Amino acid sequence: MLGVVWGFMIIISVLCAALTGRMEAVSNAVLSGATSAVELLISMVGVMALWTGIMKIADAIGVTKFLANLFSPIMTKLFPDYEKGSPAIKAICMNVTANVLGLGNAATPMGIAAMKEMSRSNKNKFIANNSMVMFVVINTASIQLVPTMISILRQKHGAAFPFDVMPAIWLTSCVALTVGILTAKLLEK
Amino acid sequence: MEKFSFYIIPTIIFIIVGIGLYKKIHIFDLFLKGAKEGFLGTVSIAPSIIGLITAVSMLKASGALDIFTSFMEPFAQLLKIPTQTIPLMLLRPISGSGSLALIDSILGSVGPDSFPGRVASVMMGSTETTFYAIAVYFGAVGIKNTRHAIPAALAADISGFLFSSVVVCLLFKNY
Repeated sequence: MLGVVWGFMIIISVLCAALTGRMEAVSNAVLSGATSAVELLISMVGVMALWTGIMKIADAIGVTKFLANLFSPIMTKLFPDYEKGSPAIKAICMNVTANVLGLGNAATPMGIAAMKEMSRSNKNKFIANNSMVMFVVINTASIQLVPTMISILRQKHGAAFPFDVMPAIWLTSCVALTVGILTAKLLEK
Repeated sequence: MEKFSFYIIPTIIFIIVGIGLYKKIHIFDLFLKGAKEGFLGTVSIAPSIIGLITAVSMLKASGALDIFTSFMEPFAQLLKIPTQTIPLMLLRPISGSGSLALIDSILGSVGPDSFPGRVASVMMGSTETTFYAIAVYFGAVGIKNTRHAIPAALAADISGFLFSSVVVCLLFKNY
């Protein structure tokens, strides 16, 4: 999928440049694009490393467990097929917590564990059940406490207060997540 | 709003480090372990970022992005969304690195504190790489029929995109 998108981006650029006479600009963009990619990575790597380091401490002091417990009642409502304290609910709570804390590396294995638990009680192994769909929909909506990546980008481009969009992001995430959950519930039958 | 956002990050770090000290945990060792993961994680996305930022730069330099955006202008005005954010809305659910490349170029041309810059930031921060998550999680357990997962996930994305402009207007009084 991405391969096709990427390929088309390049083909369209060269064709469009040939038609509009902008080949010189595109030629320069090849070089400057690759260079600016590395500049972006350099500006990202420091904050990303710092933040994952802080979050490692957060995990060790029990923030993850605390949040997972906090989410447990909500999750049992959203996943009525599983009881409170069941392995599926536990894995779901850990996945959601990892996402909230921005621990992408930890969230995916937890999420796969949750899917495997839900797959166990699935009648048809190839068709998703309601809980699996609900879980994936929650994962496709971002619910991140500190949107690190976007703040780094804003700072790189000279934002006066890189973090000032955080409340706006939280609100928008909540709206998107609610719409996702409601749509999933509506389409269940 | 600005004053409040100053407090968020230092407060989070203060609480985490404070509790760590109180519980006598080896906080610096943990920090190093986590920071190494974050460092290597960023390095591991370098090849795809280089490929995609180059493609986005080419697209922009060729004028193709401008032509596409001007086509989309009527839609954007109808939905009261900044025109510059339309390519981002289309790429966001498909590719994380691709949308990162796009928003880097958007913030570079309109500025992060402009209205389109803020809306693009909120769009990026409040949504996920939907199709990637769908592929990873259903793929892991061999599900072939994802039923209503894609419509529901896209409904969430679209509502997030549309709400982004609204919330930026609400929370930032200068627009």
